[in-house]
Amino acid sequence: MAHTFTYPRDVKTVYYFGTCLVDMSFPQAGMAGIHLLRRAGVEVVFPQEQSCCGQPAYNSGFLEEARAVARAQIKAFSKADWPIVVPSGSCAGMMRHHYPEMFANDPEYFDVRKFSERVFELGDFLHNALHVRYEDKGKPVKVTWHSSCHAMREMGATAAAKALIGQLSNVELVEIEREYECCGFGGTFSIKQPEISAAMVADKVEDIRATGASAILSGDCGCLMNIGGAMERTGVPVAPRHLAEFIWERING
Amino acid sequence: MGSQHLDFTANVTEALADRQLRANFKSALTGLMKKRVAVLPNAEEIERMRDDAEAAKRNALAKLPELLERLERKCTENGIIVHWAETTAEANDIILGIMRSHDATKLVKGKSMVSEEMHLNHFLETHGIEALETDLGEFIIQLNHEPPSHIIVPAVHKNRQQVGRIFADNLEGIPYTDVVEELNAIARKTLREKFRTGHVGLSGVNFAVAETGTLVLVENEGNGRMCTTVPPVHVAVMGLEKVVESLSDLPPLLRLLTASATGQLVTTYVNCITSPRKEGERDGPKEIHLVILDNGRSRMLADAQLRRTLQCIRCGTCLNHCPVYIRIGGHAYGSVYPGPIGKILTPQIDGLAEKGVLATASSLCNACEEVCPVRIPIPGIIRRMRTEAYDEKDDGVVKGHGAKKNLLETLVWKGWELTYRIPALNRFVVSMLGKFGDKLPNVGPLKAWTSVRTAPRFAPKSLHQLAKEEGIRHE
Repeated sequence: MAHTFTYPRDVKTVYYFGTCLVDMSFPQAGMAGIHLLRRAGVEVVFPQEQSCCGQPAYNSGFLEEARAVARAQIKAFSKADWPIVVPSGSCAGMMRHHYPEMFANDPEYFDVRKFSERVFELGDFLHNALHVRYEDKGKPVKVTWHSSCHAMREMGATAAAKALIGQLSNVELVEIEREYECCGFGGTFSIKQPEISAAMVADKVEDIRATGASAILSGDCGCLMNIGGAMERTGVPVAPRHLAEFIWERING
Repeated sequence: MGSQHLDFTANVTEALADRQLRANFKSALTGLMKKRVAVLPNAEEIERMRDDAEAAKRNALAKLPELLERLERKCTENGIIVHWAETTAEANDIILGIMRSHDATKLVKGKSMVSEEMHLNHFLETHGIEALETDLGEFIIQLNHEPPSHIIVPAVHKNRQQVGRIFADNLEGIPYTDVVEELNAIARKTLREKFRTGHVGLSGVNFAVAETGTLVLVENEGNGRMCTTVPPVHVAVMGLEKVVESLSDLPPLLRLLTASATGQLVTTYVNCITSPRKEGERDGPKEIHLVILDNGRSRMLADAQLRRTLQCIRCGTCLNHCPVYIRIGGHAYGSVYPGPIGKILTPQIDGLAEKGVLATASSLCNACEEVCPVRIPIPGIIRRMRTEAYDEKDDGVVKGHGAKKNLLETLVWKGWELTYRIPALNRFVVSMLGKFGDKLPNVGPLKAWTSVRTAPRFAPKSLHQLAKEEGIRHE
């Protein structure tokens, strides 16, 4: 899926959809995303009624439950037509591409499609809509990058993430072998097929270790929880970091 | 195989424990991925070819009944005898009937996945007929009494040492060797004799052209040409989705098929078979039969989304790019069609009760969809299989829909829906997880997760709370 999005110009205000996983387990990464947007001169609105994009149920075969939760999100972001920025390629992909599919045969289809066209992945938005410039204040460090499958294949956000990392002068980015390959998370896949998922993440950890990087960056906390949990279990000393949190630390010294 | 019980979890455990198997797959499939990229032009050009290939297949499916009738008419005019089979049992009987009408006891076979779907070899053996595979990979695994593990490279799970051992153990007077050229020479010598003495030749069909009644068969070893020209009778078998409208549909399809399958610009042989031997001609079979198999395909055709399963041209590139297939190999799927395409095709043919589990073996990474030359939305159809597996209402269309429905999962997902639909409940659950999440009992899904990872951690304060405390505008 190669996608070319139309990015809004002269953005003054954006909605922020934090995602359920960031909300529960990685709120600091979520806040870093908000800070980066505000630093770029954009006002951020975080509707408190938001929760989850619905992907877990959608991918597990529970379509009606997914639709009910999706409707609640669409409602929570309906008061203005600001862009909706998401610190996750996977959740952004769900809202951008799969919401219209889920409601293809419903009267609200066109409203859903309008909602979906406002959805952007955070790194992609910072780079391609806000054209941010960063000055690195951190010490020299070697990092590697992992794109979630949906950040890469649904949101086309990999190049933007690398461009942002490239702005950090003291950060050396080493690419991982088989960078295109899934880390084995896949939401409920990791618990429905735990052995296959375990084999996938073990290989990913090995490829990460081989880069010699001290941190693995990603724009998706699902992958980071999977890879990070496996690295912690096996004693691989590489820090899993969300891109937004990493950048926020680097530019604040 | 077939409708036998599938213990997928046991198969996966066994496959993952086999280090040699995993190394063989990783090395072979990485090679195939590189070869594909090497023969494909820039991204823009690839997308244009995919446009054409996809359009050719979707056009054919949109008027399939009409095209099949036209194909039958043209074939009949050309002297090819056309047979229709609704089930694999009917198709097997048709082929047995052809063999018997010629008093034939030896069938030489070119590669055909439909014949695997029919379990033809086994069927013929029970009727006293020897069916010999002549594709090198198929020949190797037939000697070792194994099914194919890949739809294009059926012996991809074997390295040359293992092939040498299989030859030495199963062929008379053959010493062990692991030199590829010597292995090829052994196979060639053994197979030549079989071609010479075979009574009937069988082949698959890559594309059947309705406009001209032409059966197109691509291959690299020449065994396909041997099977279709040396024996006096040629039987071609195909699924009914193989028909395309006209010869002009072929260039993008052939180009993408060979690039995707084996990383070649063109295969060594492109056989276009239009009629049996005519008066005065000196070679070619005297009789050609075409067996067209349904086996559940009409049912797929009737549904707009499932129909796209039938676009498949069996290039196998979705297998090569699948992180699951690369690790567990083809046999673990316990089905004729493994990998991503198998995850959508097999449950539709064999039913969700038997094979629905295959649809759970995907992280929905979309790698298959990204490379599919005819743009089959495989991840979307995998989701459809999952949805149908829990759907016991009358709107399910896949065989065995609703087979996986159970009270526990129904309740879990209902609870999930309420938690994420009702903001107050969501706030409560998230705050409880923040306080007590690290004390969750290590059972069920959490146990599966922590088998190789540390447990998820829950933050004391949610993003909702942090945003509020920092005074982030909320409406």
